[in-house]
Amino acid sequence: MSQAALLVLADGRFPAGGHAHSGGAEEAVKAGRVTGAADLEEFCRGRLHTTGLVSAALAAAAALGLDPLELDEAADARTPSAALRVAGRRLGRQMMRAARSAWPDPSLDQLAAARPKGAHQPVVLGLAARAAGLGARDAAYCSAYECVSGPATATVRLLSLDPFDATGVLARLAPELDLVVREAAEAAQRAVADGVDELPAASAPLLEVGAEAHAGWPARLFAS
Amino acid sequence: MHLDHSHDESTAVSADAHRPDGHRRALRIGLGGPVGSGKTATVAALCKELREELSLAVVTNDIYTREDAEFLLREAVLPPERITAVETGACPHTAIRDDISANLEAVEDLEDEIGPLDLILVESGGDNLTATFSKGLVDAQIFVIDVAGGDDIPRKGGPGVTTADLLVVNKTDLAPYVGSDLEGMAADAKAQRAELPVIFQSLRSDVGVGPVAAWARAQYAAWAASA
Ligand SMILES: Nc1nc2c(ncn2[C@@H]2O[C@H](COP(=O)(O)OP(=O)(O)OP(=O)(O)O)[C@@H](O)[C@H]2O)c(=O)[nH]1
Ligand SMILES: [Mg+2]
Repeated sequence: MSQAALLVLADGRFPAGGHAHSGGAEEAVKAGRVTGAADLEEFCRGRLHTTGLVSAALAAAAALGLDPLELDEAADARTPSAALRVAGRRLGRQMMRAARSAWPDPSLDQLAAARPKGAHQPVVLGLAARAAGLGARDAAYCSAYECVSGPATATVRLLSLDPFDATGVLARLAPELDLVVREAAEAAQRAVADGVDELPAASAPLLEVGAEAHAGWPARLFAS
Repeated sequence: MHLDHSHDESTAVSADAHRPDGHRRALRIGLGGPVGSGKTATVAALCKELREELSLAVVTNDIYTREDAEFLLREAVLPPERITAVETGACPHTAIRDDISANLEAVEDLEDEIGPLDLILVESGGDNLTATFSKGLVDAQIFVIDVAGGDDIPRKGGPGVTTADLLVVNKTDLAPYVGSDLEGMAADAKAQRAELPVIFQSLRSDVGVGPVAAWARAQYAAWAASA
């Protein structure tokens, strides 16, 4: 196992489609809820402790070897917005393609065959981490980081935000990321013993509602 | 762990010439170039010219989601199920070069849903002179510039102008009005591209897309012959 595989998987340039998604930032910017670095930090914090925690726990559970199809259902159940379920599966399919090239493994082939149009992205991410020889915490770190780095990068484009300010936001959130990852990994461990209902089901209603509105816009820069 | 690829896993291999079912996939031609140079108009004209002889589909990569796809739908150049728009997060060049996953999914879905296709045209929304398509996404690429965008573009070069399999200099009908020097453009293009072909085109003329369609036909014939 190579710890450096984590850097490959977590790299923002990993070709798995993330660049076309704003994680709800485009809608929040248009609605005037994110206007600068301070708002962005609050937005990312909210996302980290809700969607981020859930995604990180799903990824950690997949990395621990829980049944990916059961986790895929658990992800559906934790994503009220249909638009976000579509986006999550689309990103999962893209992640699958990249992961199968990077770390070919029968477990990825099996999930790809069972879900040809895509399983939920955190589940695929966790399985990819496992195929790369990484652990549950590594998978959770990737997922949690991506959940804040996506909106931060998108906001740089949407608001022409100073990129140093956006990076500062991510740096300030790092200690909280550690906490969320620990919580996610612990929940994943419990899920191994007691089933997927042990996984967190935190939700950010405004993100879900916003995603539904965003999906209906006639012109937008980001896919979600 | 098995690090070697074989055909039955070809969904993980973007440039593979075969589909998972063993059939040969469609030839994929990319069209890139600066904003407004006439990429969508060329795609539309190519579809009208070639749709009787080849099974076609189009993938667009728009900056604002579906503009190009909607134009093609309005013009009814192909049935709607043959036109797909990829969302690029404001960065078409990322979606056609650095992270081609969404485009590969679009071409695969078209082939799955419509059945065997001969040719898929992939348009990239106007971006900049450095935008080129990944070899993992397309088999050949056309770079479309126009005479009104400045007649010094061939001289400036850039990867699109110098390396594209075909350079199209479009809107030659406008040259007299914008004072563009077509001979100078031709000489500069020759200097940048050596033996690679250049076609001067006006979609407003009777010849129209004919020469570019002939080039595309030849590409397809070579692709079909190499099966
Ligand atoms: N005069 C003239 N106009 C043309 C020609 N080809 C295209 N146009 C016009 O140029 C304008 C832009 O053409 P498009 O095909 O939309 O350009 P595009 O390269 O797809 O633009 P983007 O996708 O926005 O980058 C349209 O109004 C076309 O009708 C031509 O040969 N001559
Ligand atoms: Mg266009």
